[in-house]
Amino acid sequence: MGDAATTAGPVAGTDTAYETVIGLECHVELSTRTKMFCGCRNEFGAPPNTNVCPVCLGHPGTLPVPNERAIESIVRIGLAFDCEIAPHSLFHRKNYFYPDMPKNFQISQYDLPICVGGHLDVEVDGEGRRIGITRVHMEEDTGKTTHAGATGRIAGADYALEDYNRAGVPLVEIVSEPDLRSPAEARAYLTELRATLLALGVSDVRMEEGSLRCDANISVRPVGHPEFGTKVEIKNMNSIRSVERALRHEQERQVGVLAGGGRVVQETRHFDETTGTTTSMRSKEEAFDYRYFPEPDLSPLEPDPAWVERLRAELPELPAARRRRFEQRYAVPPAQAATLAADHAWAAFFEEAAAGADPRLVANWMTGDLAGLLNEAGIELAGAKVGPRHLTALARLLADGTISSAGAKAALAEAFATGEAIEAVVRARGLAQVSDEGALTAVVDEVIAENPGPVEQFRGGKEGALNALIGPVMKKTGGSANPQVVRDLLRARLSR
Amino acid sequence: MTALCDRTGHDLAAALRAGEVSAAEILAATTARIEAVDARVGAFLTRTGDLAARQAATVDARLAAGEAAALPAVAGIPLALKDVLTTRGVRTTAGSRILEPYVPPYDCTAWERLAAAGSVLVGKTNCDEFAMGSSNENSAYAPVRNPWNLDTVPGGSSGGSAAAVAAGEAVWALGTDTGGSVRQPAALCGVVGLKPTYGLVSRYGLIAFASSLDHVGTFTRDVRDAATLLSAIAGHDPRDATSLPEPAGDYVRGLEDGVRGLRVGVVEEWLSMEGIQPGVRDAVSAALDRLEGLGASVVPVRLPHADYALSAYYLIAPAECSSNLARYDGVRYGARAAGAADVVEMNARTRGAGFGDEVKRRIMLGTYALSAGYYDAYYGQAQKVRTLVIRDFEAAFGQVDVIASPTSPTTAFRLGERTGDPLAMYLSDIFTIPANLAGVPGISIPCGLADGLPVGFQLMGRLRDEATVLRAARALEDAIGFAARPPLVAGLPA
Ligand SMILES: [Zn+2]
Repeated sequence: MGDAATTAGPVAGTDTAYETVIGLECHVELSTRTKMFCGCRNEFGAPPNTNVCPVCLGHPGTLPVPNERAIESIVRIGLAFDCEIAPHSLFHRKNYFYPDMPKNFQISQYDLPICVGGHLDVEVDGEGRRIGITRVHMEEDTGKTTHAGATGRIAGADYALEDYNRAGVPLVEIVSEPDLRSPAEARAYLTELRATLLALGVSDVRMEEGSLRCDANISVRPVGHPEFGTKVEIKNMNSIRSVERALRHEQERQVGVLAGGGRVVQETRHFDETTGTTTSMRSKEEAFDYRYFPEPDLSPLEPDPAWVERLRAELPELPAARRRRFEQRYAVPPAQAATLAADHAWAAFFEEAAAGADPRLVANWMTGDLAGLLNEAGIELAGAKVGPRHLTALARLLADGTISSAGAKAALAEAFATGEAIEAVVRARGLAQVSDEGALTAVVDEVIAENPGPVEQFRGGKEGALNALIGPVMKKTGGSANPQVVRDLLRARLSR
Repeated sequence: MTALCDRTGHDLAAALRAGEVSAAEILAATTARIEAVDARVGAFLTRTGDLAARQAATVDARLAAGEAAALPAVAGIPLALKDVLTTRGVRTTAGSRILEPYVPPYDCTAWERLAAAGSVLVGKTNCDEFAMGSSNENSAYAPVRNPWNLDTVPGGSSGGSAAAVAAGEAVWALGTDTGGSVRQPAALCGVVGLKPTYGLVSRYGLIAFASSLDHVGTFTRDVRDAATLLSAIAGHDPRDATSLPEPAGDYVRGLEDGVRGLRVGVVEEWLSMEGIQPGVRDAVSAALDRLEGLGASVVPVRLPHADYALSAYYLIAPAECSSNLARYDGVRYGARAAGAADVVEMNARTRGAGFGDEVKRRIMLGTYALSAGYYDAYYGQAQKVRTLVIRDFEAAFGQVDVIASPTSPTTAFRLGERTGDPLAMYLSDIFTIPANLAGVPGISIPCGLADGLPVGFQLMGRLRDEATVLRAARALEDAIGFAARPPLVAGLPA
């Protein structure tokens, strides 16, 4: 797999240069308190069939009543993507038989979705790209089928178990234009999409729990070719990373097929997480007719324009704007600004910590050591024992020379484990640097006596020789000496 | 003397409050009537005697405690519910084998309101399977027979409810009306059938046939009872998104204000059309003369697109039904066919065995009408016709206050007479279907007999203008003084 595959632009490695075209369809479960059309709780992980009622089980005679919070959420999502909020949109029924769908139709939207024609700005390798969003529509989720028995697959299962807790959970579908040109752009788009939804507070957007699900359409074409190639749909990708992996594999596969004189077949392919490859699934899409028609149990959605404008005015700061602000106001480098701005918990933590110390130091230590510690411990920022005031203290002590980088590293690790204040850790562990000239003079004199060579060189005008003397001082003080004080002291003693 | 079970609801309510009779006695008379005639009529699929006894006892206890003044108008009056209306803990079949074992976990809103008001439920009535039919012969269990002549049909699909009220097996009843399924059986059984404005009565718990056309309606012995029962079940329901926003009104108020100055429209083509039974035409014409005699003016109106209403209906209703009935798959409730190798086969076998021919016919029609490539030509076109029918009514109601017609072109026909000819059967609803497409209120009242069988007179009104429809119907009812009773009942001792 060539490096070119991970960056925007033509795929290299063959005689003809190929361009990749990707569009993404994302399903987002909203984190409303209740389901889309009934009063059942919307929660992940409850015992099977405990969050169900006659409505979401599709009992005879029951009727759907739209969840106003869900409608509010989707309008806010549409506004965040700069979509037009349709003054008139309709729910449709999508008819097909599947046992995890209690009514054997799904309430969805068809030709009149609530949000149309927006975009999402993403950054890949420091370059901005605007990705079109075709539509954002509202629908209901299905239940979950577990095929039980010998193989665990549909074929060969002895029986199937249905859990309807998820049936009727509000689901938003976000369809991008085929504007993405590489797997890396797809990853950047998903990262930005996720960050935006987190900032809106409308969903947990956890791919591993299924609250963010994503299917990809991908095709390749010779560079400069005006028409799209034959597209393939890829399913079953469980993380943003696996979307990128699956697309990279599929891109290579399609280029291989074309370069070998073959033709790409329109189909749905299944991504295998363990092998990192895609395999053909039976394709029912082509023959399937969902017999969409307007849902007669629901009225058209006609949001009050004043209400929409109020929601627009109340939108929170979105990650792209936050990123720019972090760069401009705090002078944080772009990569760190992107990391901090992507997650609202991180952004809030950063701003609180940066209020009392050098923001660049805070950003550096959050995206470096703190991120590493969280990763190692396998926990989220919200669950960490250190808070913004720990980072403020750390940055302050670093800035005024009380602790060295090494001391800061140790102090943060200790505070991360115990939750104790940085100042207390520094005191208890003796992590403060020795800046007292009196205490250091004896060591400095000792080192000067023991290293005549570098002393000669320095006196002969070679400035760099000083470093050969600082090292041993630091060693003799167990790293606690303040390097700047040592440097000044050495200079003073040697120039006498 | 009239038996208790043959009296009107308002008459019995007054007697209860006067201490002349107890709810238990009214129930006992009704139960005795069911025992006496239902083996021949077949109005009930499920009897709820124990529940009824408890409800009647509660009402009597409240009367004994001196709470007569606070008692709702429907308290203590025996009621029957069409078996497409869900009742918690009481089997609800929709007249279908596929729901034979189905016991709903919840009450429909209409019954929930009536139960809270002290209504006494005597049973669930037979009907055409999933309310699809005009003769009750599509019930998966047994046909219902018309109390006026046991060889004839009671009409449909709410045939059991109509027959029960006609035969004194309930004082009043609820049915559902998708294309005439309350008004047509009311006409054929000589009782009053009211289909209110779409959205006035919640559809929550009405087992859907065609959602945009389904209405809950009432069967009563007179117009005042229709107004009383409607007042008890109408009003906004947050569980039905198509429910009208306003709370229930009091439809009894103004009922006796007469028709002086009322403009009554008549679609002349309807009265002169081929296929209308002469006795029906005569009875309806006589009723129109009576309205004029009461001070109303009778004027011709046009509903130019009504001719296409039947065709539009037979595309829209099956289309919605094909989707609404998809849920009966044997997975979660109801019947499940045994011995299938996988879920697809289980679905197919369950539906194959569980649905009757008429239901299957409509599912197939509707599936076809919604299919890619046919949608615009069928479902899409039908919706355009529906819009034109709605505009016809709007235009007509600019000129008149109500529109009058026969309820059905004929009186009750013989069992088996039309079962081989679906199109002839569909024509039974030709005068009732337009009101379902437009959602306007309609009522059928008995206006006389033709060859010994009742004739129904239909009045339709503006959206939400039940008051005018009921007032006109009440005035006409009073003038006609229809007092004939089914021979089956007339022969029984009071
Ligand atoms: Zn529910």
